[in-house]
Parts: sequence; C-alpha cells; structure tokens
Amino acid sequence: MANEVCFRTLHLPEPGSLATYRSIGGYETLRRIVTEKVAATEIINQVKNSGLRGRGGAGFPTGLKWSFMPRYFDGTKYLVCNTDEGEPGTFKDRDIIRYNPHQLIEGMCIAAYTLGARVGYNYIHGEIWEDYVSFEKALDDARAAGFLGENLFGTSFCFDLYAHHGYGAYICGEETALIESIEGKKGQPRFKPPFPASFGVFGKPTNVNNTESYASIPYIIEHGGQAFADLGVHNSGGTKLFSVSGHVERPGNFEVNMGTPFAELLGLAGGVWRGRQLKAVIPGGASTPVMPAAVVMAANMDYDSLSKAGSSLGAGSVIVMDESTCMVQTLKRLSYFFFEESCGQCTPCREGTGWLYRVVKRIVDGQGRMEDLDLLTDVSHNISGRTICALGDAAATPVLSFIKHFRPEFEYYIQHGRSMVTGK
Amino acid sequence: MLSQESLAKIDRELNKYPEDHRQSAVMSSLRIAQDELGWLSKETIAFVADYLRIPAIAALEVATFYNMYDLAPVGKYKITVCTNISCMLRESDRIVEHLEHSLGIHMGETTADGKVTLKEGECMGCCGGAPLFHINNKEMCEHLTPEKVDQILEGLK
Repeated sequence: MANEVCFRTLHLPEPGSLATYRSIGGYETLRRIVTEKVAATEIINQVKNSGLRGRGGAGFPTGLKWSFMPRYFDGTKYLVCNTDEGEPGTFKDRDIIRYNPHQLIEGMCIAAYTLGARVGYNYIHGEIWEDYVSFEKALDDARAAGFLGENLFGTSFCFDLYAHHGYGAYICGEETALIESIEGKKGQPRFKPPFPASFGVFGKPTNVNNTESYASIPYIIEHGGQAFADLGVHNSGGTKLFSVSGHVERPGNFEVNMGTPFAELLGLAGGVWRGRQLKAVIPGGASTPVMPAAVVMAANMDYDSLSKAGSSLGAGSVIVMDESTCMVQTLKRLSYFFFEESCGQCTPCREGTGWLYRVVKRIVDGQGRMEDLDLLTDVSHNISGRTICALGDAAATPVLSFIKHFRPEFEYYIQHGRSMVTGK
Repeated sequence: MLSQESLAKIDRELNKYPEDHRQSAVMSSLRIAQDELGWLSKETIAFVADYLRIPAIAALEVATFYNMYDLAPVGKYKITVCTNISCMLRESDRIVEHLEHSLGIHMGETTADGKVTLKEGECMGCCGGAPLFHINNKEMCEHLTPEKVDQILEGLK
C-alpha cells in the first residue's frame, strides 16, 4: 500500500484544500481529543507506541522528545515545525505543505494541545515562495473554520500558528539554528544543553519536529500508535516519504511502508533512466554515506537495514547515480555545498570544509597528489565530532564514504588528471 | 523609503511575534524591502532596522548571512540556477551553458541592458523537478530543457 498517511489526500481533487481534508475526516481527531479532554499522557503514549522517529533525518523517537517538554510552565510554550529542507536530495516536506497542509496543521494542533503550547511557527525554506504563500492561505482557512485561534471548540484550548519564511541558509534546518533564525538572527546553532524543550524560541520551552513527523500525528491518534507501527517494521514504525532524485525515469516523492526493499522503491521511480546500470545511491540526503549498487540493491528502506548496510536513512532523500557518474566530480560539488553553507561558527568546520573542497577541486583540476586521499581522510576526521552541530560531520561523511567505496576512481584521477568514467 | 504597502506588509509580519520580539520580523522585512527596491543598500537595511527598532548591525548581520538577499544591484530578473547534486546529475550544466550562451553573460553577471542577472544557487529543496531555477526568489521553474528555457526567457519583458 502507498500514500496511507501523509499523502492520503493525494488521489483526491484539490488534495490541499480544507474541504478535501474535511471529507476524509480531517480535524475530527483534534475535535475529539480537545472536547473529550483526552489526557496528554495518553496521547504521548500513543506517539511512543507508534514507533514514529524524527523524519527530518536524526530519527529521534518523537514520543520521547515530546515527553521532555515541561508539563507546568508559567509562561508561553512554543511549537516549531521544521519545513526548512535544503539538504541536497530532500524535497518531501514541500509536497506536504503543497498537497496536504491541513494534516500538518492538525498534527501541530494536536501537539500543541498535548504539550500545552500556545503559539507555533512553521519555518518554511526560503526558495519555495509559492508554497509559503499557499501554506499561509491554508492557515487562514483553518483559522476561519475555527481550528486555530482562541477557545477552540468552545473549550479553553487556544493555539495560534504562523508561517516564518527562511531566506537561503541550509544550516537553519538544524533545530537550534532555526530557533535563532525565528528570533531574527544569523542561523548559528546553539550549544546543547540546554535543549529547546527547556530553552527554545525566545528562551521558552519549545518542541521542534519535522513536517512529516507532525503530519503523521493525526493518523497515529486516530488509528492508535500500534496501527502506525504495524505499517512499518521493527524499530521503524509507519510509512515514510522517500524523495527520489537523480538518474531515474520518474523522480518524485513516494510514500511507502518502512522496510520496503530499495529495489521496489527504485521501480516506483521508473528505474534507472536511459536503460543504464545503477552505480551508487545516497539513501538519506547528502549527509548520509554513499552506497555502491550491489549493497543498496540488497537493502531495505528502514533505519536498521540501512544502518547495517553502512549508511543511514536520514530524511529518506534517495539520490540515484547511474554508471556514467564520475564520483570525483560529484564529490567536488557536494564538498562545495558544505563549504558554502558552513555557518562559520566552529573552526574545524569553517576551515575544514574549505580544505575538503579545495583538495577535491585540485584533484579535479588535474593537480592532485596521491597523498591527498590521506589528507582528505585526515581533515574529515578532524572535523567529525569537533563542532557544535552536525554540519561538520555531514561534510565529512561524503568525503569518507566516496573515497572508501570508489578509491580507484580517485587514484585514476590523480594519476591521469582526468576522470576514469567520463574521460574528461 | 518604503511604500505604505510595504510597511503594511511588514506590520502584518510583526503581528506574528510577541511585541517585545520585533527582531523576529527582520527576515521578512528585508525581503519585503528587497521586493520593492530591487536590492538592499546599507541605507535600506538601516531603514528596516529603524522601523523594527533594532540596531542596524542586527539587520546587516541577517542581510549578509542569508544568501537570497542581494547586497548589490541586480537585473530586473535574477535567475538563480541550482547546480547541486540532484540538478547536476540531471545535467544542470547544460542549462547553465544555454543561459550563458543565450544571454551572452557568465554566472554572476548582468546583461548590459540591466534586464537579467545569472546566479548560481544552492539546493532549493525541489530536487524532484531538477534541473531548475527560480526567478526573483519567487517563481520556481522546474524540469528545464533548453527549449523550455528559451520560452521562459522570451516571456521576461
């Protein structure tokens, strides 16, 4: 089965409209829990039982994260949604706010009720202006219909939700950088602890989840945590949106059960384009290790299977590369990205990402030396684990995994000054 | 410096945040100012900061940190092309070449008539539509081919 959770309106006319969402029972789960005053602990238990793990890439159990929010706090608590997807290969949350925004809004309302948050922000990636505008329209519609605002359903429950528009910074996908950005500052990650649950937006307790995580909540509360867990496999509950891009016939988002074999997902995307052979796949976004074809073809799309195969599910951003791909030139582009997007706060990342890019570039420019491969490995190890946030590790991961799996291509490039694959 | 319409838009953004956190509206306010004036001069940035009652340096920090703000004049149409991995795999280099050839400029340059600026961008989170570019930070153009690029360029008045 496909499209069972986040994309469950996709087959209907005007899938993103309020009327369409209402037609499948939208906002009724919210109405029920609010009017029946369902206990917060009961809701958190359902989310824990669902096996839902953070869909933004870290995979942290959502129910556990919710339980970190203080129950009693004298002041405003906040809810934040992270729709700032800018990691190369990731474009799933955009389709949620385009095609099913009300399920996200209902999920955030349920979270707000459960966690006692009075105000929420959805941080939307800067480049998708048209989708930001359409999400603001969805917020207006929800407000007019009485699903956002004061005293909802005639109870004391109040929740206001706003869209905050980013303006071009990958780092703001990191939750504390995102919080800084909501406060109108440079997106530079904060030291943790304190975690957002105790010191978040404006210094107040804040729960931050990914778009797909919140959008899964209405299903979980409507059908029960176990029903969601049963859609997936052990340790990876539910369905997952996979963004498939690169060398496939039909790039796009596909919502399938966790544990779906990679080969099946590749089939949904029409297979490798132009009748070519598969060479490699980055399964979870640019920060996850690349996998050679034979390894990924034997793997399933869930946390444990990809981890055992030496990579990571990440945000489910599957980048497919065919046999014509030069791994050295591809790594150069990825390394430039992390160099460009490093926020500059931590020396190992600010300086290290520059070193990684310049050394890979000099190999591509025909000026590489054999010892550069050790140098790249050394610099990568000196970044990993030595920075405030995960961008440093994210920059090191492609370098280490590309060299590990495709070392002969790098050696050939250094020896001949041209690509083993393209000859150029 | 900004029109009443732009100021009204900024006021609408301010309503999203607590009264004592006006700085939260700085990103949107700079965007609104750039939409009206085409780019952000030091004077514009200072004006926005004044309006929000925050230090000018706080607004300047934001304007220089986020890469969709233009701190120098650009053409009437700014075309930002994604060349990141998913776009690169789907031959964004052909799109870049075609744009450069059609317009007679390189990436980072503006046509002599001031109409079009070409800029290289980072991942826009729309990789399923690769190769792609967006125009003036607003309009996303996906699944590009040289023919489709020609049509889009013709449509820019």
